[in-house]
Amino acid sequence: MPDGSITKTAMLEVGDLHAFYGESHVLHGVSLDVRQGEVVTLLGRNGAGKTTTMRSIMGIVGKRRGSIRFQGQQLIGMAQHRIPRLGIGYVPEERGIFSSLSVDENLTLPPVVKPGGMTVPQIYELFPNLKGRGSTQGTRLSGGEQQMLAIARILRTGATLILLDEPTEGLAPVIIEQIGVAVRALKARGFTIVLVEQNFHFAATIADRHYVMEEGRIVDMIPNDQLHANMDKLHTHLGV
Amino acid sequence: MVQLLGIPPQALFGQLLLGLINGSFYALLSLGLAVIFGMLNVVNMAHGALYMVGAFLAWLLMTHAGIGYWPALVLAPLMVGAIGLLLERTMLRRLYKVDHLYGLLLTFGLALIFEGIFRHQYGVSGQPYPIPDLLKGGSNLGFMFLPTYRGWVVAFSLLVCFGTWYAIERTRLGAYLRAATENPTLVQAFGINVPVMVSLTYGFGVALAGLAGVLAAPIYQVNPLMGSNLIIVVFAVVVIGGMGSILGAIVTGLGLGLLEGLTKVFYPEAANIVVFVIMAVVLMIKPAGLFGRER
Ligand SMILES: Nc1ncnc2c1ncn2[C@@H]1O[C@H](COP(=O)(O)OP(=O)(O)OP(=O)(O)O)[C@@H](O)[C@H]1O
Ligand SMILES: [Mg+2]
Repeated sequence: MPDGSITKTAMLEVGDLHAFYGESHVLHGVSLDVRQGEVVTLLGRNGAGKTTTMRSIMGIVGKRRGSIRFQGQQLIGMAQHRIPRLGIGYVPEERGIFSSLSVDENLTLPPVVKPGGMTVPQIYELFPNLKGRGSTQGTRLSGGEQQMLAIARILRTGATLILLDEPTEGLAPVIIEQIGVAVRALKARGFTIVLVEQNFHFAATIADRHYVMEEGRIVDMIPNDQLHANMDKLHTHLGV
Repeated sequence: MVQLLGIPPQALFGQLLLGLINGSFYALLSLGLAVIFGMLNVVNMAHGALYMVGAFLAWLLMTHAGIGYWPALVLAPLMVGAIGLLLERTMLRRLYKVDHLYGLLLTFGLALIFEGIFRHQYGVSGQPYPIPDLLKGGSNLGFMFLPTYRGWVVAFSLLVCFGTWYAIERTRLGAYLRAATENPTLVQAFGINVPVMVSLTYGFGVALAGLAGVLAAPIYQVNPLMGSNLIIVVFAVVVIGGMGSILGAIVTGLGLGLLEGLTKVFYPEAANIVVFVIMAVVLMIKPAGLFGRER
């Protein structure tokens, strides 16, 4: 610990996590930990198991072994709908904006699970693009706006850990920049964030540490300040 | 007396009223089917049987416990809803992971069992159920005579239908329902207990059928086969309106009831098939139904 601070306790600890889709064994002993207030990325090629790791934490992938502790509580074996109620917000890769709900309804759908969530005006301040769009059908928003909405709706809930799966995927550079500003603002507010990214230039501007995944395993952990020194290794892992 | 296209207005409006009453039942029943299909992806073949059970429960409450129409209007749907919860929890739930066809087969089997039990106990002759005192009689509207009970059935069904529509389309609980219909996994990942929602949805959907049964008891006689006679038309209504569309179920139900009534006046020979002819045409032109979305 650089400062030995007791506030930087591990918020999420994943140990020797195995996960399965039916018979197919996808995660082979993933271990990682995320301290309170940290932004940690999961980097890795397509199919490395980044999304599966997040889905396992949320309990969406039910067939899993090993240990996932959030603030000391074991999540494996817990009823699926209880996991988010501990204060974990999930922004899925496909964004999951509901087409039968208006923007407002999408925004207020996730129930408040803890006190201290952001208010709707604060959320609009963070994502000005969403302002005044309340009655629009959710899926009529542009891809970037849908991504903002997917992030915005969990900020109300009081979740303190946010799992963000590829928030920049398929978006134009200006929109990526806006999302970057928002994620940095969330970090400044004290949110703990696990971020899946293919775009590690984006990741490097935000994260404290990077976990590199390959074929269902964590193969490396690189602190952000050593990213440059490890570029070659990273290029081999990510195949870019 | 004035004649419209050679039809006396009494006959015309009389048939329209009949059509509207049938339409009210179509709407209530197809609404329940639509809600259930949207959330569970199950074509609830037991719907007609549970409508019949609702009517029988009202009759049983009256003959065995002296409980009249008004309490039965609340109690019987609640009891049918409870039966639905039980069926969902113990049987239907096991089938969500396999092909939807199994849900259809299971509920079809349940319908046969329910009908068999009531047939065995009470035979196929209808049991009369009296119109409650408050709704006896009728009024002359000038162009037609309106029996009070029938007016009540139409008005109350409309109220229930649009109340349900409002609850689903305009409230927070309804937003959960719509969202869970679209993507149950994600709704669950927001901390909502989706399996419980699914059970309650099934319970609510069949409670609507039970309610329709109580409303029908004083009009038609209470008969073990009353559901299977009606449900075929209701399935056609659902296909025409579009599976899973709430407003579609209501509007199509009422519209087709009226159309059936009109056909009885102008071309009685076709009255029993007009709904199916429309179904065939709609399937050819817009397979997802008039209000349905392509899946
Ligand atoms: N529903 C599923 N059923 C079976 N196998 C799956 C399923 N989803 C993912 N997989 C497999 O699990 C492995 C990991 O997939 P995952 O989606 O976690 O990768 P990822 O790192 O998120 O990739 P990407 O960068 O493409 O999003 C892949 O081999 C994938 O084919
Ligand atoms: Mg992924």
